[in-house]
Amino acid sequence: MSTDSGDNVWMLGTHMTKFGRYADTDLMDLASDAAMSALRDGGVTIHDMDILAAGSLFNAQAGVGQQLQKQIGQTGIPVYNVANACATGATAVRTVYMAIKAGEADMGLAVGVEQMGKGGLLGAGGKGDRGRKVYEPSGRYGSVMQVEGLLGTGLMPGVFAQAGMEYAYENDGVGFEQFAKVAEKNHAHSTLNPLAHYQKQFSLDEVMTAEMMSYPNTLLMCCPNTDGSAAAVLVSEQRLRSLSKEQQRRAVKISASVLTSDPWTDRAQVQPDVNTLTRNAADKAYEQSGVDPQDLDLVELHDCFATAELIHYDNLRLCKPGGAGQWIDERGPWRDGQIPVNVSGGLISKGHPIGATGIANLFEVATHLRGEAGDRQIEGAKVGLTHVIGLGSACAVHVLEKSGV
Amino acid sequence: MGKQVPIVDYLVIDDGEPHLAAWESVDSGAIYFDRRNGDAKSGGTEFKRRSLGNTGVLRSFTIVHRTVPGVPAPYVSALVDLDGGGSVKGNLLNVPADPEHVKLGMRVRLTTFPVGADDDGTEAIAFGFEPEGKA
Repeated sequence: MSTDSGDNVWMLGTHMTKFGRYADTDLMDLASDAAMSALRDGGVTIHDMDILAAGSLFNAQAGVGQQLQKQIGQTGIPVYNVANACATGATAVRTVYMAIKAGEADMGLAVGVEQMGKGGLLGAGGKGDRGRKVYEPSGRYGSVMQVEGLLGTGLMPGVFAQAGMEYAYENDGVGFEQFAKVAEKNHAHSTLNPLAHYQKQFSLDEVMTAEMMSYPNTLLMCCPNTDGSAAAVLVSEQRLRSLSKEQQRRAVKISASVLTSDPWTDRAQVQPDVNTLTRNAADKAYEQSGVDPQDLDLVELHDCFATAELIHYDNLRLCKPGGAGQWIDERGPWRDGQIPVNVSGGLISKGHPIGATGIANLFEVATHLRGEAGDRQIEGAKVGLTHVIGLGSACAVHVLEKSGV
Repeated sequence: MGKQVPIVDYLVIDDGEPHLAAWESVDSGAIYFDRRNGDAKSGGTEFKRRSLGNTGVLRSFTIVHRTVPGVPAPYVSALVDLDGGGSVKGNLLNVPADPEHVKLGMRVRLTTFPVGADDDGTEAIAFGFEPEGKA
């Protein structure tokens, strides 16, 4: 594992709101709650911050960071409003991380927030019918009409179903049941997490016989649209050493922080390749941190759909190559298994407020490393990994380690 | 028969048997269905038109049950690796939309079908795939 060379970046404070539906609360209520609680958790104030990075994907042009400052403190520090698909929150964290690494900041705040409401199916785009109908080729594909449902699907449950079925095509022992077992696990895990949007256990049979959304993803295998916010305070190692022993004890080391985009691969123009950039990010994170996958005590990965989680076991090197089906059959990713995955309930049950998701998974791992996760605590957790991926594509992987203090 | 247009310009319906065509990078051989300013693989900027095969293998699929308003469901969205190179997404037709009948690795071939007409009577033609054994 990485040595304390003195230039590490640490997580000093963190918080997530309970995820759920907040019809009577606005975006700034959620973001303020997460931000102020994370500052309080770190024993610092907004006046200690040298930089603020904020992300809310559906409000990418709204200046959410500056809006937030009006609620928690206008101190004149640089604000970076970031948008990077489902990796938006993690990108905010990494923006602060880079500023500290670059020596421009000693301490900074990253906030992610989203209000999804009952957003329906994401991913449908294209042309609406307006007025007189005349077929005119337009756009880069020269299409004369909206093609969703005519030339396959671009809706999220289907895109990630196809990603899973590609894995099934290339590897033995993977099918509907293995994908469903992922959701069975995450719903079971969520019953121990009071911050999850849903905390209800379902049997494998209930998962498989729920309403079919996009085979093999049933309703219980898809993440819900959720509101919520999460925040993290990052600090340089040098500054951390000037803080109290208690602050140093609860701080969590960021042993790797990696962001990748999707390199060209030959099929990705018709089916997003969510594998290559995840593998690249994971490999770089393991190299940066010196952590081996088998060292991990827990992983929070991007289970937007059950089919996605299964393939990321392989992409993150948690199982043997091609062995993701066997690994879930052997209960490897259950909380009492080989490497616990998504003990928070994951996106499938905890929820997926897009801008907040990538910080909430850092909150989850940090909370276990601090030994503060209550009923869902993974005992003795020392090292954890977080992963998010957004289509387009962007992937962030972080490795966190418990403080030695 | 009135005028017909392809639903997308990478479907060719006016040059012999209907088929797909893509832009091939002269540098790298990478192919693209849409217009590109440069080749995402090599950075090259020279492209030539290339016709693709009409048969292939079902690499992946999903059976879409819940979709957006106006799209009939269930239907099968398929990823097909074409013989001779290129992968494409389209609906799998002429087969029941259930996992008992749709099998990974099955042989498929291109087929076309009308998807509507505009106010000038021009008919739009889409493509999909069907099991190779179908008459």
